[in-house]
Order: sequence, then structure tokens, then C-alpha cells
Amino acid sequence: MREAPATAHGTEGKAGRLSDRLTLSTKRVLWAWLFLAVPVVFYGAIRFWPTAEAFWISFTDWNLLRPAQFVGLDNYRRLLADPLFWKVFANTFLYLILGTPVSLVLSFAIAYHLDRVRFLHGFLRALYFLPFLTTAVAMAWVWRYFFQPVPIGPINNLLASLGLPAQPFLRSTVQALPTILVPAVWAGMGFQIIIFLAGLRAIPTSYYEAARIDGLSERAILWRITLPLLKPTLVFLVVFASIGFLRIFDYVYNMNTNDPGGPLDSTKPLVIMIYQTAFKSYDIGYASAQTVVLFLILLVLSLLQLRLMRQPT
Amino acid sequence: MTALSKARPGQVVAWTLLFLGGVVMVTPILFMFSTSLKDSSQVFDLRLVPAEPTLDNYRTILEDGRFLRWFLNSLFIAVLATVSNVFFDGLVGYTLAKFRFPGRRLVFLAILSTLMIPTEMLVIPWYLMASRFGWLDSYWGIVFPGLMTAFGTFLMRQFFETVPDDFLEAARIDGLNEFTIWWKVAMPLVTPALSALAIFTFLGNWTAFIWPLIVSTRAEMFTLPVGLSSFSVEQSVAWEMIMTGAAIATLPTLLVFLVLQRFIVRGVMLAGLKG
Repeated sequence: MREAPATAHGTEGKAGRLSDRLTLSTKRVLWAWLFLAVPVVFYGAIRFWPTAEAFWISFTDWNLLRPAQFVGLDNYRRLLADPLFWKVFANTFLYLILGTPVSLVLSFAIAYHLDRVRFLHGFLRALYFLPFLTTAVAMAWVWRYFFQPVPIGPINNLLASLGLPAQPFLRSTVQALPTILVPAVWAGMGFQIIIFLAGLRAIPTSYYEAARIDGLSERAILWRITLPLLKPTLVFLVVFASIGFLRIFDYVYNMNTNDPGGPLDSTKPLVIMIYQTAFKSYDIGYASAQTVVLFLILLVLSLLQLRLMRQPT
Repeated sequence: MTALSKARPGQVVAWTLLFLGGVVMVTPILFMFSTSLKDSSQVFDLRLVPAEPTLDNYRTILEDGRFLRWFLNSLFIAVLATVSNVFFDGLVGYTLAKFRFPGRRLVFLAILSTLMIPTEMLVIPWYLMASRFGWLDSYWGIVFPGLMTAFGTFLMRQFFETVPDDFLEAARIDGLNEFTIWWKVAMPLVTPALSALAIFTFLGNWTAFIWPLIVSTRAEMFTLPVGLSSFSVEQSVAWEMIMTGAAIATLPTLLVFLVLQRFIVRGVMLAGLKG
């Protein structure tokens, strides 16, 4: 520390050195770019270049064995004519429009009541938060075990002991998709509840006090004060959950490893189709066109979020 | 009890329902541990507390050796990614928040725009890149896409903006160079954000599945989720073994949580609100 003043005042004396001739602000610009050098290369090579490459590959016919051949929009035409794509498209939206509202309504209801509970609050919150810290692959296998037929699966055993008929769950083309959604919703709720709790706590208590003095009922307070003030949190969670369900993969893949996306493609989302087209059939061009579609869907969603956020509450 | 007896009946009902819901939430985790402590003859006995608990499944799995390897692979990759993200996201976030220089807005917008690009779109080019440079079946191959993230960078930028410039100016007058100012003065001021970032990065890499599944083909290079998936396929109907594998994959994060609970919940709130 003793040397510090010397450096601060010593600049005039050693004016000949290059570093001293640079003005303070030029030096700071150099520091900034020094700090950014490695990250700029990283984002260029690992994010932007691959993005451009994905677009380019989507216009080619390529199976990795022979050189890629430019085919224009052929992959996109093929996609529009592919019945599997439309099936997968419908499945993906089914995950989204079932998963997002169910998980958010449950999470909000839990967070709303949890916020008012003082007795063992931390303990209750921990119970709900715990699933967030699990590994999706591990829990997919646990839930797969739960949904097995008798005599193995606990849920069918429970149904049997209640005198209810056994359900095929993962083996049924109708039931498999909602069955896979159960663990996906379960795993996401912990995070949503914590974020809702943070949002609820950020609302000043004076708003509630004023509303109570005005004689508003609890229900009116919920609809006219809590929910409108929670809009930023809601928009964030709706978009976050939607993106999660649009990209669902781990649970689908692991809950039916014999035929990921089965039975009969009834649970196949877009990302499983991309994975199989690219890394099972090595139809790289076609798979890239599918990733571009996913990108466009997510882009629309992000723009929607920006619009919603900008609107005044 | 005093808290309960003072409460209104409505609150008691709400508390009970919340408690029951919480029990339902943790049931799959409890069941996983319970089944992992049963031998194959007890699997069909669905009691939560095993009649004759045994650690035999854990012994079998650890003697097999693969799980230990996968465990260490996952640990190494998650730690490496966490260290890299704390360093680089911290550095970039700081530079964008505290420096004024030509090109700042461009860098900011460029990194921001990568948030819109889904990983699934990049896995094919990444795979081509990894195979071209011989990165398949290597630690570097698994970890390179996640060494920095836009999410972490913006989280850090938000927090660095709250650091008063006076602190940094004081350090400059003391003659510290810019790197030391960042590392020794600015970084310690944003430890809550750094720990939130570390938790998210570690969890994300520990549980990551699709990219490690694509980039690793040899069993020695599997991460825990990829190894668990292939192991479970191979075990077919030996559910007690599958549950033991699942328990091994889940245990570390749960144990860390039990120790650092308040800290982690606060970190998630911070990241969720600011990020």
C-alpha cells in the first residue's frame, strides 16, 4: 500500500512510457476490450456461427457421408407434407397448453396460501421446493415406475386397493401424454412457487391495508390488487413455463426408452423428433429445418413477452 | 401449538391442505429412497418404510464401478462450468455495467440476442464442430457449449450496476489495476448474485441430458443422467436397482439443499426477479 501514492503521482515523471501517454479513458477502453476478448470469441464461435450454420444446413440435403447439397426450401416443403411433423406439432402444443396453465394455477394457489402461513413456513416451502433440485432423468424413471401396471406400479396398486380399474397410463396412446406431463409439471412447480412468493412479498402491505379499510373482500383484493400487481411475475412465469414445455425432452425420452415418443408417436414432441432425425437417421438437413421451426416458435413467444411487458398495468 | 390454537379455523384448514400437498410433492423422492433400500423380493411390498432395509443395492452399484465414474464425470463437468461461468459472466457483466467504451451497446445486444436461440438449434452444429475437432467423448466436448451464458451475464450486470462507482474510484486512486479492482473489490460486493449464479450453473450442468447424450458415446464419458438412462434400460425390470441409481443421482443436490436451504431459496428468488 505504501507504493500506491507513488504510482498515482509518478505519472509526470515517467511520461516517456507508452502506457502513461495514453489518457485515462483510452486505458479503460483497452481494459474493457481486454476483458471482453475471450467472451467475444466464445459468443461468436459457439453461439452466432452455429446459429448461421443451422440455418444454412436447413437448406441442404446432408447425411454426413457425402457432401451437403443445397436444395433450397425442399426440407421445409417436406416438413409441411410430413404427417409425423403435424402430429409432433400438435403434441408439442398439447404439452404447452395443458402444462403451462395447470402448473401455474397450482403454483399460484399454493404460493398464495403459503405466503400467509407462519407456522412451519420454511418447512412447508422446502417440501414444495425439493422437486426443483432433482435430476429429470432420475425422476422420469421414478415416475415411470409409479405408472407401471400391477403388480409393480404403486399407482395402479393404489387404484386396485380402492376397487378402481387399472389404467394403462404410459402404454395408452390417449393417456401417455398427460401421464408424462405429471412429472414435468411436478418438477417445475417448486421454482414457480418460489418466484410467486417473491412476487407476492414485493407488493407493499400498505396496498392491502388501504383495500381493507375500503372494505374490499379477500376475493376482490386478490383480483383487483394482488393479480394486477403480480403481472410482471406472471408474464415471466408464463413465458418461462411455455418455453420449458415447448422444449420437453428428458421426461419423454426416459419414460419410454424402447420407443421415445411412443406409443405410436402419441407423446412425441418436436425436440424428440429433432433428436431422432439428426442422431438416429443422420438426416442433418431435415433435422436443421425442424430446429429452425422451433426457433421461430420461441421467437414469436419472446416477442409476445416483450409486448406484454411494455403494456402499462 | 400456541400458533395453531390462536389461528382461525380457516387457517388450520389451509395449513393442513398445504401440508398434505407438500407430502404429495416429496412422495416420489421418498419412494425412490425407500425402494432403493429394498431387495428384489420386497419391491412389490409398497410400504414406505422397508420391512428389512438393506444397502445391498448400493453395494452392487458401487462395486460395478461405472456409477462412481459417471458421478465423478458429472461432478467435474458441473464444477468446471460453474467456475467458468462465475469468472466470465462476472467479468462480462462487470464490463458492461461499469465501463463506457465504443461498441458497448453492440456487445450488449449481441449477447442479449443469444437468449433467443434455443440449445436444440445449436446441438447439430456443435456436434459437427466437436466431431471435426475430435472433441466427441471428451470432457471438453461436454462442457464447451456452457462455459458462458447470457443469462448469467445479465444477472451479474444487473447486480454490478448497484455497486457505487466511488468504491471503484477509491481503488483506482490506490493504484490497483482494473483486473484487480474487479476481482478484489467489485466481485466480493456481489456475492449473493454470484452464489445464485453458481447454484443455477451447477444444477443445470449436473442435470443436463440432451447435449451429453449426443456428444458422449463411450460409457466412460457418460455423465450421471446419461449413464443412469442407459443403466436403467439395461436393468429393464430390476426397479430396486433403477431406484438406487436414481437416488445416487439425486442425493448430492438434495444434501446440499438441506445444508444451504435459506441461501438457495434466496438465490432463486434473486435470479428469478432480476434475471
